[in-house]
Amino acid sequence: MSAKGVLKGYLLPGLPHILLCPEKNQNWMQVRKAFDRVREEIQTSGADILIIYSTYWPSILGHQIQADPSPEWVHVDEQFHDLGSIPYKFKMDATFAEVLKQKSTERGLHARTINYQGFPIDTGSVVALKLLNPNNKIPAVIVSSNIYSDRAETIVFGKAMADAIEETGKKAVILVISSLSNRLFTKEFNYAEDKIHSLKDQEWNDKFLELLSEGRLEDCSQLSRQFHREARIKKVTNFKPFWWLAAVMGQSNAYSGEVYAYAPLLGTGAAVAGLTPGVEKASDLEYDEENVEKYSGDRHVLDISTSIPKPTQDMPEMGPEYE
Amino acid sequence: MGQIIAGCLAPHPPHLVYAENPPQNEAKAECGWEVLRWGYEKMRKHLKALKYDVLIVHSPHWRTQIGTHFLGVEHLKSKSVDPIFPHLFRYNYDLKVDVKLAESIHDEAKKLDLEVKMMRNPDFRVDYGTIVSCHMTNPDWDVPIVSISSNGAAQYFSFDVMQAQMFKLGEATRKAIEASGKRAVLLASHSLSHRHFVLEADPPEDMSKEHITHHGQYLWDMKMIELMKKGKSKEMIEILADFDEQTISEANGGGLSWMMSAMGFPTYPAEVYAYGTVIGTGNAIVEWNHLEKGVE
Ligand SMILES: [Fe+2]
Repeated sequence: MSAKGVLKGYLLPGLPHILLCPEKNQNWMQVRKAFDRVREEIQTSGADILIIYSTYWPSILGHQIQADPSPEWVHVDEQFHDLGSIPYKFKMDATFAEVLKQKSTERGLHARTINYQGFPIDTGSVVALKLLNPNNKIPAVIVSSNIYSDRAETIVFGKAMADAIEETGKKAVILVISSLSNRLFTKEFNYAEDKIHSLKDQEWNDKFLELLSEGRLEDCSQLSRQFHREARIKKVTNFKPFWWLAAVMGQSNAYSGEVYAYAPLLGTGAAVAGLTPGVEKASDLEYDEENVEKYSGDRHVLDISTSIPKPTQDMPEMGPEYE
Repeated sequence: MGQIIAGCLAPHPPHLVYAENPPQNEAKAECGWEVLRWGYEKMRKHLKALKYDVLIVHSPHWRTQIGTHFLGVEHLKSKSVDPIFPHLFRYNYDLKVDVKLAESIHDEAKKLDLEVKMMRNPDFRVDYGTIVSCHMTNPDWDVPIVSISSNGAAQYFSFDVMQAQMFKLGEATRKAIEASGKRAVLLASHSLSHRHFVLEADPPEDMSKEHITHHGQYLWDMKMIELMKKGKSKEMIEILADFDEQTISEANGGGLSWMMSAMGFPTYPAEVYAYGTVIGTGNAIVEWNHLEKGVE
């Protein structure tokens, strides 16, 4: 079941090159163009909140929620400081942040809102908000990625977010900011010659891109531990963004998925992908299932002579020649 | 000829600055973590008497995967807000950087084939590890600093790869200091064991709630301190990878490995000013004093 109120979920990369110097590599430019497309979609979606889960914002004391209504700063990335400064002023939905804190607490989590002038909003969130919501038309909320929380806690945090969306009646667009493979080159190199760091990383990225293009979000979630072992530097305990996103969006494969762009970004896998609930390209149904919520009897899928129920995406539309 | 006169393990929990209530910090505390703060106080006085020209700090909270970076702007002024403990640390800093010395370490490191870069962006925000260690060592800020990033090689490759790089960086640091004619104090800005509590006392300075996360971490911390006190810095560095794995330590940023290498792996006993826990992590304030031990 898709979560109520979620219009769309996106996976986005978070390195500042997409904002500050996409022209330095033609593939980066494709990623930048994909951001532009996502911006169009979001701005015309009717969303009244942008929800960001950023893997670039680690926390230790539970889950942190950005609640400064109007954060303003001149941001400089700690590593890519030579690319330039990023002045920003954003609009946050502080009321929603409080509801989320409440919902998280009700689900047994430790969560708190953050409202301090000068708080360092992470590069990934800054890049996303600058590119996707340049005029602050839609208020946002940003949540941290808790270093110590593993799958169980991350999924519950996702469910708390779904609770908050439902309770507030908001129409939400969810942005998850993370690379796929995250092995960055450790030496300076010619940006025009960027490539995925290793073949193995590439193959795992391909697998996730295939799943995303089919809308199989829950499968991405289920494969996250494996992906972390195979294609991620162990900077953090685990690869959590899909656990969280799947929990917010309903823990199923019932989405229409699309990969807007994918490119090597300093060796990492930078993908822009979108998932739309309710347009079931991949669905979560096995071949003999019609509905995973309610059993309506044997569908006789192996007996072609009986009348055929409404097809799912996994079965061809059956014309008269099959009757 | 310039000289490293001392090197210090100078941990950076923002709690220590918070509990000191300096005018630069917006958050105000009642008290807290006195043993560590008094340890810093003693070290501070001791170092001041040595009349040093520059503090060189290696911080794990300035993380740069592409090589080692150095602050390269003479004057940096802004507010540092700790992303993990923003309720405790919102510190208005105004500091001077010894850019010439930073460049010279950068150049020496490059000669040793290390990947290096100068940070020239005047809007750059100095990391809180650098600020806390420097503030606690010299709250007057009347001496310029050199701030060195950590490159995460322990996570990217292995602890051994990180150490090999830090040994080179230490060498480069020593050469540059010698050529500078300056009297330098090195700061390795990190805790020992580093498993945090995931919940916080209310108020955070409630010392009845403060203790090591678990006894195993404590035993490891004591082992490291014992080696420091016996002057066995090489042995300490040799077991650092195991220590790191067992205690999720903060030494994986490379500060201690860099400093010990720069100081030629001292064989004399270090002065341990204090050991204490902060939100469950183990922190020691330790000084190796070349000047007093007659190391050239
Ligand atoms: Fe730290």
